[in-house]
Amino acid sequence: MFEILVLSGKGGTGKTSLTAAFAHLAAEKSMGDTVICDLDVDAPDLHLILHPQQTVSEDFVSGHEAVILEEKCEQCGICTDMCHFGAVSATPLPRVNPMKCEGCKVCVTFCPAQAIAFRPKHCGEWYLSESRFGPMVHARLFPGEENSGRLVSLLKQRAKELAEQKSCSLVLSDGPPGIGCPVISSLSGASLVVNVSEPTPSGLHDLERVTELCEHFRIPSGVIINKADLNEKISTRIEEFCAEKKMGFLGHLPHNPVITEAMIRGQAVTEYESKDFSEAVRKVWNTISEMKGKYQ
Amino acid sequence: MILAVASGKGGTGKTTVSSALVSVWNRTRIACDLDVEEPNLHLFLRPEITGTEKAGLAVPEIDESKCSKCGKCSDLCQFKAISLMGELLLTFPEMCHGCGGCMAICPEQAIGKGFRELGDTVWGQAGESAFLMGRLRVGEAMSPPLMRIVKEKLKEITAQMSREQGDGDSVSSVIPDVIIDAPPGVSCPALNAVSDSDFILLVTEPTPFGVYDLELAHEAFLPLHKPMGVVINRAGLGDNAVYEFCADKELQIMAEIPYDRGIAENYASGRIISDISPEMHRLFSGLAGKIRIACSHKTMDNLYIRAAIKGGNRV
Repeated sequence: MFEILVLSGKGGTGKTSLTAAFAHLAAEKSMGDTVICDLDVDAPDLHLILHPQQTVSEDFVSGHEAVILEEKCEQCGICTDMCHFGAVSATPLPRVNPMKCEGCKVCVTFCPAQAIAFRPKHCGEWYLSESRFGPMVHARLFPGEENSGRLVSLLKQRAKELAEQKSCSLVLSDGPPGIGCPVISSLSGASLVVNVSEPTPSGLHDLERVTELCEHFRIPSGVIINKADLNEKISTRIEEFCAEKKMGFLGHLPHNPVITEAMIRGQAVTEYESKDFSEAVRKVWNTISEMKGKYQ
Repeated sequence: MILAVASGKGGTGKTTVSSALVSVWNRTRIACDLDVEEPNLHLFLRPEITGTEKAGLAVPEIDESKCSKCGKCSDLCQFKAISLMGELLLTFPEMCHGCGGCMAICPEQAIGKGFRELGDTVWGQAGESAFLMGRLRVGEAMSPPLMRIVKEKLKEITAQMSREQGDGDSVSSVIPDVIIDAPPGVSCPALNAVSDSDFILLVTEPTPFGVYDLELAHEAFLPLHKPMGVVINRAGLGDNAVYEFCADKELQIMAEIPYDRGIAENYASGRIISDISPEMHRLFSGLAGKIRIACSHKTMDNLYIRAAIKGGNRV
């Protein structure tokens, strides 16, 4: 089983729209051979194009949170003093701010009155679904929750199991933005990273950082330049960067509102339009497929 | 006042809006980039850097000669950063959240403070604005501890500027405003960035992804009970759903940046968009004014409360 992970570092470069198009093209070639996975659990958007029908829905319970039991609390202040996250306010009564609590259990352990409960945290939900491009694994982290890395790991595990069960040869994952916890989790076990970049100062800067991260974990990567005609100088610079880093260059795509038009209709761009832009996306997907052959 | 510029979806224009607001904000200000995973504000403000500091987290370091292998530390650790396997005590510093529990519970005082590098805090001056950013080390998973350190530095810079601006003892007269460029998303790093602000400005775009992620951000930030407003970027692209959502939730649309290839090209060449035309400058000056009005209410409330207390009335 091969896993392609679509990343970008910077948000809004077109990761999700292109993942949806790749899912369409993969299904067109061999329906049911790909498990599609949305690893951007914080702000998942792929379902807005794929309209999956849920077959399994499960709670995601991870970590704990501390809750002070007022009737037992003696207001000694030890919890406030010991919390390294500033999560326990002292006045008027000691209270744990659930948004700051990291679930470390220090206050629970050191409270002399045993007045702090430690409750499992229901942080979100995850789903197994069917979409018109094949089976899909996705989730939703409740707003403001943590443990996104653990939820990403869980989704990857489910996607892998599903792929084995359905004899799928490919897992295609839409990754989270950034380079932190959820991205690091999503990189674990990935076979090939496809970076969607854009020729802007932020796009180049963030590509450099996400590339360094891929190198750190020794995962091969390739680069797409989306909105390539916005700035030809930076576009050329990104190509040079690919050559320096010996990364696969996967192609250019022009700045084109057709991506948004397709999104509004809930379609992959390759379903919505069959002219220039989609031709360019098909070419990119072919290049990715060739690159996949090299690392298989 | 502290203004946080946030969004659910990435790439909606947070940094575009933050840099333009910093540029037109005609009061003493600090620009602070809390998107430590992918900080970009400096690419537009181009600050002169005057200081850099390594930021770290205190992680367990075991003194083998003192350790009695009692296992209390590994029982307490919720993050699998310490593990007692038979007679072997292993530490996994990269898993550590820095809660200090192991150091506090060890009966032999065998656990000292090691150092895990989280990244850098970087500060300087960008024109009339002070500048501060955090930059996560590539390979480091946890951004919230670095954000906490950047926020401490922000307090320090704020205090310092207040002293410099006020004359000697009277520090209250000029407290700099802070404009925070927050990370995308709606989980812990995003909340961490907006939690101390007086006003949250949500930047979105009129597309299905933009609206859906705005809904998530609104839901995530609502429990903070802070005033919020919306900037619609790329207005004219997409559909009307975002306007319906804002009307429904009584979210004020404070500015609309038109969808325009020229703006996108200027952004791509690294320009601050309030500089590209008189219209854009007016748009952002107007936005800055509206934000101040929205926040001055809050200040007036506080003054009112204070005056009432002074006059002996119970509030």
